[in-house]
Amino acid sequence: MVGLLSLVTFLPLVGVAAIMALKLFAPAGHPGAPGAARWIALAITVATLALAVVLVASFDGSKPGFQFVEDAPWFAGLHYRMGVDGVSVLFVLLTAFLMPICILASWKSITDRVLEYMVAFLVLETLVIGVFCALDLILFYLFFEGQLIPMFLIIGIWGGQRRVYAAFKFFLYTLLGSVLMLAAILWMVSAAHTSSIPALMHFKFAPQAQTWLWLAFFASFAVKMPMWPVHTWLPDAHVEAPTAGSVILAGILLKMGGYGFLRFSLPMFPTASVEFTPLIFTLSVIAIVYTSLVAFRQTDIKKLIAYSSVAHMGFVTMGIFSGNVQGEQGAIFQMLSHGVISGALFLCVGVVYDRMHTREIAFYGGLVNRMPWYAAVFMLFTMGNVGLPGTSGFVGEILTMTGTYQASTWTVIIAATGVILSAVYMLTVYRRVVFGEITNNALAAITDLSSREVLIFAPLIVGTLVLGLAPDLIFQVTGAATESLVTAYRAAMGG
Amino acid sequence: MPLSFNASLAVPELILAGSAMALLIWGAYARRTGALFIHAAVLALLAAAVAAAVGPVGRAFGGGLIADDWASFAKVAIFLASAVAVHPLCDQWFTRRGTQRFELSVLIVLAALGMSIMVSAGDLISLYVGIELHSLALYVLAAFQRDDAKSSEAGLKYFVLGALSSGLLLYGASLVYGFAGTVSFTGIAAATHGGANVGVLFGLIFLICGIGFKVSAAPFHMWTPDVYEGAPTPVVGFFAGAPKLAAMALFARLLTTAFPGATEQWRGVVLIIAILSVLVGAFAGLAQSNLKRLWAYSSIANIGYALIGLAAGGQAGVQSMLLFMVLYTIDVTGFFACLAALERGGKPMETFDDFAGLMRERPGLALALTAFALSALGLPPFSGFWAKFYVFKAALAAGPLTTWAAVAALIGSVVAAFYYLRLIKVMWLDPAPGPTEAPPGPTVAVAYATALFAFPAVMAALIFLDRWSAIAAAFAR
Repeated sequence: MVGLLSLVTFLPLVGVAAIMALKLFAPAGHPGAPGAARWIALAITVATLALAVVLVASFDGSKPGFQFVEDAPWFAGLHYRMGVDGVSVLFVLLTAFLMPICILASWKSITDRVLEYMVAFLVLETLVIGVFCALDLILFYLFFEGQLIPMFLIIGIWGGQRRVYAAFKFFLYTLLGSVLMLAAILWMVSAAHTSSIPALMHFKFAPQAQTWLWLAFFASFAVKMPMWPVHTWLPDAHVEAPTAGSVILAGILLKMGGYGFLRFSLPMFPTASVEFTPLIFTLSVIAIVYTSLVAFRQTDIKKLIAYSSVAHMGFVTMGIFSGNVQGEQGAIFQMLSHGVISGALFLCVGVVYDRMHTREIAFYGGLVNRMPWYAAVFMLFTMGNVGLPGTSGFVGEILTMTGTYQASTWTVIIAATGVILSAVYMLTVYRRVVFGEITNNALAAITDLSSREVLIFAPLIVGTLVLGLAPDLIFQVTGAATESLVTAYRAAMGG
Repeated sequence: MPLSFNASLAVPELILAGSAMALLIWGAYARRTGALFIHAAVLALLAAAVAAAVGPVGRAFGGGLIADDWASFAKVAIFLASAVAVHPLCDQWFTRRGTQRFELSVLIVLAALGMSIMVSAGDLISLYVGIELHSLALYVLAAFQRDDAKSSEAGLKYFVLGALSSGLLLYGASLVYGFAGTVSFTGIAAATHGGANVGVLFGLIFLICGIGFKVSAAPFHMWTPDVYEGAPTPVVGFFAGAPKLAAMALFARLLTTAFPGATEQWRGVVLIIAILSVLVGAFAGLAQSNLKRLWAYSSIANIGYALIGLAAGGQAGVQSMLLFMVLYTIDVTGFFACLAALERGGKPMETFDDFAGLMRERPGLALALTAFALSALGLPPFSGFWAKFYVFKAALAAGPLTTWAAVAALIGSVVAAFYYLRLIKVMWLDPAPGPTEAPPGPTVAVAYATALFAFPAVMAALIFLDRWSAIAAAFAR
């Protein structure tokens, strides 16, 4: 009997099979094939979303352990082991939530090799959901590493001018990080004689070994997050990726780094985590302040949002390593919120890019005159990114800072300037793009949001506001899991 | 040890030797040989594979020939790879060019016989006989395109350097015989029980160098790129896979059964060769524009990984090496099947530029090549990842020295990632220079079957391969 988790994870592959069958049996160059592929991809991703909603609805947030566990022996002592807890289940939902939006966002803008594009996205969805569900280290690595391939192709084929450079940089950067993690994973498996993640969480590695293992995992997750100074692949990848690729990259792929810290670094190497907390705090505040300043200097809207992502991820790493419930809750919340908001911001850029084919801030100005709805939507997500109370961005930032305050006052004082800086660069870019008179004649005929675009933004607006106004919905799910995580971490610190 | 002539243990070899001679006579007297001849050769190889799989276990010919699970596992893989080489790879290719001759199949059968003796070798004599038999057949195969200067050059180069390595091997064997007083592996193990003396160690080093040539490990790799480039593509597909598998199987048998007393000494040497191979393969590959040459460097790097498994030693180590070589053989056969299938304007496609835009032209073959490139890169979930997974697992279990070697090799694989990605980039992203010709069916079938094995079939197949290879490797416990 196939479990619910396997169903959520592998349902997108049904779409892949359907699209490949379409490719095989439809005559070459059939005009209806791209349209059919779009509808198949949309239907499958919506079905996956429905299953993910069922999953979250039937998830019992009061229990700290793993639920919906599936376990089947594989070979060489490995297991096909899946399960979710309060930390991971919402990321499954986030992934399933963003995917149909990505498909819709690519509806018109992708006209070349549509079938391959949809296949790449569906494969990516399976791999990303798999990352969050895998409870076997090697299985986790399969999913984690596997998504380099579709992402390489998405950036490389459908990206912008310097797409090949960006795709290589993305691939090689992440690969270098993750081979070190692979070495650590294999070492752990051979030392603990199990590859089960729940079992490894209770396995006590020697402090000396923890240091090395922590660093190896850090190499991978820090690149993925990305943390300063290994963030330089991100702006390139973001700028060159197609809009939907950026949404996936910022919305979901970056979260795997934070998820990795929560799932592996903290519970498995607590001693090393404590030891390296000052390092993380330092890198986090550098990321927050430095990349905020860099973002301010950007002339390309997408690059600006990319740097802003790095800054926001700084709050996440800070919160994760604060070692208390507020910090962890805040980090998870911040990741979910950033998934929605940064995804939405990239879509906002995509809207004008689709019309004008440039992302230069200086090209725009006065959009509010022609696109009032767009201006309103963009305003909401700008405010969300700044962290205005009432939007989801606020809750994540305030919680991570509260949590970190208990661990290190100075870190928070410096990080708080990042909140101001984010207001500076976001409001500046908003003013320059949206307000004022239209001075560029090319913009004279620009049209407001189409009904498809409204359909894309509606769920994101709802998501931002619901998360901002009723954050307890999230904490009900994550509460028990984060509390047990923190209790175990504290116990290991004291012991 | 009493001289035992137990022919039932040598049934696979007898089948191959008998059918090679019969085919030779048939070919020499028949005016022309058609499909039936090819099928007979394939049938002989398949029959030998069955005989190897179900045959009895034991030692024959005074311990010179060992039939055990190790040998039968390797033999089945070798014979199947040879059968694939005879029909879908070579026959199509040479027939299309009008250069198909009956000797081709006979040579492949003889090479398979030589490899079979190699993996069953129980003393230095059969070791040498096996290596020479398969090498001589391969030299001729490399030069099989007689009218092509490059192919002749490849054959000559292969022969000269191969002869040199045979000399080294023979010299090492005689040194070992002189100092240990016996040629049998078990005898050498007994003589070097408390540790090998300098004479035996010298001999051992020469043996390692000689086999290093055959598996094209750095620094004995110089012949590989030239021979791969010059030799006919399907022939490269054959000798990039099975002969290396055979040589590695022999290597493992030699080191673990004849020189257990000198483990500390040979482990260091093998590790140095392994790391050098990985680094040479990764860095020298960056400068290549010809895919056959590139895959020569890729094979050098891959042999490096296999050697790390061998250096780890023990059952887990040699199991990982055997699995690595089997998975690698399947991948490399498929890769060269793709190359052999593709032609544009009557010319074979060999350089990166030739492969531009292949994803639009031949999506099936381009997907297969993508799978092989990713597999060679070792990206999960392709078979190359699982091969490396086993090797690194064994290396980690064997101690800090092999662990660090494994980490170094992992970093080398990131360097190599660049050229594998380049192939993918060229095929998927660049525009095509012109249409390719329709590829021949059987070769394409090989390419698809091996690509589907590389992913996803490998993930199910490993459930069985894991168990069987562990049984096969039990001799090294």
